[in-house]
Amino acid sequence: MVIFDKSVEGRRGVVLPGCDVQEPDAIPAGYCRKQPAELCELSELDVIRHFTALSRKNFGVDNGFYPLGSCTMKYNPKALEVIAGIDGFARLHPFLPQLRHGGMLVQGALRVVWELEKLLCEITGMTACTMQPLAGAHGELTGMMLVAAYHRKKGNRKKIVLIPDEAHGTNPSSAAIAGFETRPVPTCQSSGMLDIAALEKLLTDEVAAIMVTNPNTLGIFNSKIERVAEIAHRHDALVYYDGANLNAIMGRFRPGDAGIDVMHMNLHKTFATPHGGGGPGAGPVAVRENLEQFLPVSRVIKRSDNTYQLDYDRPDSIGYIAPFYGNFSVCLKAYAYILLLGGKGLKEASETAVLNANYLMHKLKDIYDLPYPKTCMHEFVLSAKKQMANDVHATDIAKALIDEGFHPMTVYFPLIVKEAMMIEPTETESKETLDRFIAAMRRIAETAQSDPDQLRAAPVTSPVCRPDEVKAARDMDFSA
Amino acid sequence: MSYLPHTAAQRREMLSACGVRNIDELFVDIPASLQPLSFNLPEGRSELEVVDYFKQLASKNYAHLTSFIGGGFYDHFIPAAVDAIAGRSEFYTAYTPYQPELSQGTLQAIYEYQSQICRLTGMQAANASIYDGGTALYEACQMALRTTGRERIVVDGGVNPVYRKMLYSYTANLNISFSEVQVTHGQSDREHIFKELDENTAAVVLQNPNFFGVIDDHADIVNYCHAKGILVIQSVYPVAMALLKSPGEIGVDIAVGEGQCLGIPLSFGGPYLGFMATSKKLVRRMPGRIAGRTTDSAGREAFVLTLQAREQHIRREKASSNICTNEALCALRAHAYLSLLGKDGLCKVARLCYAKAQYARRRFDSIPGVEVMKSSPTFNEFTVRLPLDAGDVAGRLIERGIAPGLPLGRFYPGMENYLLVAVTEKRTKYEIGLFAEALEFILRETGA
Amino acid sequence: MTPDDRKYAASHEWIKIEGDTATVGITDHAQEQLGDITFVELPAAGKQVQRGAECAVIESVKAASDIYAPLSGEISEVNSALEDAPETINSDSYESGWLFKMKNIDTAGIAELLDAAGYEAQIA
Repeated sequence: MVIFDKSVEGRRGVVLPGCDVQEPDAIPAGYCRKQPAELCELSELDVIRHFTALSRKNFGVDNGFYPLGSCTMKYNPKALEVIAGIDGFARLHPFLPQLRHGGMLVQGALRVVWELEKLLCEITGMTACTMQPLAGAHGELTGMMLVAAYHRKKGNRKKIVLIPDEAHGTNPSSAAIAGFETRPVPTCQSSGMLDIAALEKLLTDEVAAIMVTNPNTLGIFNSKIERVAEIAHRHDALVYYDGANLNAIMGRFRPGDAGIDVMHMNLHKTFATPHGGGGPGAGPVAVRENLEQFLPVSRVIKRSDNTYQLDYDRPDSIGYIAPFYGNFSVCLKAYAYILLLGGKGLKEASETAVLNANYLMHKLKDIYDLPYPKTCMHEFVLSAKKQMANDVHATDIAKALIDEGFHPMTVYFPLIVKEAMMIEPTETESKETLDRFIAAMRRIAETAQSDPDQLRAAPVTSPVCRPDEVKAARDMDFSA
Repeated sequence: MSYLPHTAAQRREMLSACGVRNIDELFVDIPASLQPLSFNLPEGRSELEVVDYFKQLASKNYAHLTSFIGGGFYDHFIPAAVDAIAGRSEFYTAYTPYQPELSQGTLQAIYEYQSQICRLTGMQAANASIYDGGTALYEACQMALRTTGRERIVVDGGVNPVYRKMLYSYTANLNISFSEVQVTHGQSDREHIFKELDENTAAVVLQNPNFFGVIDDHADIVNYCHAKGILVIQSVYPVAMALLKSPGEIGVDIAVGEGQCLGIPLSFGGPYLGFMATSKKLVRRMPGRIAGRTTDSAGREAFVLTLQAREQHIRREKASSNICTNEALCALRAHAYLSLLGKDGLCKVARLCYAKAQYARRRFDSIPGVEVMKSSPTFNEFTVRLPLDAGDVAGRLIERGIAPGLPLGRFYPGMENYLLVAVTEKRTKYEIGLFAEALEFILRETGA
Repeated sequence: MTPDDRKYAASHEWIKIEGDTATVGITDHAQEQLGDITFVELPAAGKQVQRGAECAVIESVKAASDIYAPLSGEISEVNSALEDAPETINSDSYESGWLFKMKNIDTAGIAELLDAAGYEAQIA
């Protein structure tokens, strides 16, 4: 039953103040809609009950273990929400600094942006950073626009972007939308790393950039990353680093130290800002000095008197990619998270994320196929190959986890592993939780042999069982 | 503070289960030559200290000014129930609803949000939202270009200048051309728009009310464009949609806009909410996520993300957009806001905004030296011409605790004396009076 | 069984030439790989297509697949019944589930197409 079905004609939810000015002439009828929009008519309690009921049909990190690979579903500290709710931030109008000397009206906010940029540069080893991109994929697109601006400025005619075949789907999509053609680079079957020999062959003077994810989506760290950068730079191709997996390496590796030119971070993954059920996130982009001049406007600069101002006078900038200063309150939370943990805490977070992933991998590799058997970073990829003998697929195992009280792992990604199951426990999960998960996964593997039908029927304990996706796509019922 | 749960004993036990002696052995793939050259970050601090630090920073922001700033982003009243709903961690600590069995709450909320947007805009299908109004407008342009196979877009000068700048940045490397047509008497200049249309034009981009707050009825432009196979994209202000002709009513092909006004705090520019809606005919061309209603294997009503085959995680470089998130939590806020205000409440908000803005218009018009632009009707925002540089006047008013609006010189060269003033339901007659008196005083004092 | 009255492309399209027109569809193997088909985007009649060029898209719940023209020619007719019933491709890919017809086909390149036995060997 959707909310509109609960509507009762004449019921009211919010009382508004009376009009304290003289009623003006009505808006000329020619400009007005004929019928009011059919919004619902409910009391405040009706609305609260409706949404509370919906929330109970949802599962978040606060409800339980959420080992969704590639998504870094770590705990979101509650203090971050308190900080974002402070009036001095929440009520701040973004046009305020556009008034003359308006920067002085928002010194606290500008300092947040400036300090966070500096911290993210130190964490990644990059030179400069912009908070503008509104999500990870938006960061990728921004990065590709920077690559295009760099080559345009140099008079280079380069159209191709190389992308490993294990990469997130957003990589080729972002490159294509920025105006590039993409070519896949194969992954070496034995090492699980990008095939360097193949890369050397593909790298011609036509190549504008290569996009790498390290650790890659198999959870494997490419120890030859410096070599990749070196080969690329020989052809004046830039190296883009997809920072989706930054949670594996804080304090252990900095992309900037390996010659990376441009990268994005997902604040909603590594820096614990809530995922919000699919957003908002934030995808800051960091660059080496060779790309700094192209960063989007505006930039926050610090003056000699320790005040901050916005700089729009940047002739080589790619321009506006967001209306203001990025998803400010997400950035605010990430800054608070870094201050809470400190350098040591961030390093320990990465180390524990890697420990948790390896622990799970070691406890599961005897019963599930592990296509790339090596030390993993913060996540690893299993295959349901063994269970396929009983016609049990990765999706069945994922759904069975729901009945065990867990959120499923990521399935069918990366595409290069058949029946892939990608598991990322994150650092905030306790050993007891991990042990319960291991027990559940072992039970499911047993059931795959003893009673595969049970897995194919899972889940049975959730608010609904498997929805009919074909019907959804054919009926196209998108609104009530 | 680190939020790490393991005891030292557990850590040892886990390392040994992994067959290693210490944590370093798990990082063997990182060569010694790539150890960080520096990792010079502050020490971690307690929650108490960190929250205090942010309170201090926040106190340096002038968030308490009586604000008449709009420009597409408004200081509207947000009922406490919106925060209570969005504050439920079952919603905000969840990921994208890829596992529908555990995400019915988010999915149904998105489906209902899409329905709210359709009802408000009069369109047939909305997506689950896009980053903000500007990216939504850009995605709408891409959609029109893909649909028509043409390469040119005509943009009305009344479209938010920030959005126009975004459009041009995004398309700098693509084979797409734009032409802008300045407004006349505050409204869309039909004659010049029509002159700009050719067989390579994919779409005309309009805004209602436009950046100057002026109301228009774009039905004639829609009809003219459709006769030439050109699509019309209209960016709209959702609160104004309670009263004004909806995009659906006049046959617009793609409606977009900024949903910040629907219960989302200003938060210095984000996160916000780009909404996007279109006709059934064009729905497969629409980027972004879409929730659909279906049934589960037991025949119960269920919701699921659908039409995913056109998205980037499946379609990769051929996807219709690279966007993979929506702004689910902001969409949830907008949905909660619209549910609480309801059919009658949103109209009341819109009427209050309109009435107070009209009152302010009349009040300012009575000030000697101030000229209110009156050639066209406005909703809750209007431009005034001052006898002095608007930036200077704004600076003086801020000293008196009033953020008087947006000086337009920055966006429209030659309009340095113009101020764009917005009035929402939160402003009182008293505050409008204070603003007007302060302005009178300043003008008198400077002898203007 | 793979019908032997037509030719096959390695990319899983079939083409049946009758007089001066040819009918194009996808193979039973291809529809099975795609799963439940939910949408078909067909080219406009009158459009010239080159051999190997993308000229249609078939969507299922989990995939979107490009259809390539097996030979060069002009699109003369499309199977508009698929708009409302794309599942026809699942149930009858070789007959009523055809995608489009072509005329003025250029038979150059026909030698590179497979016969039924050759296609079966490819997917085996």
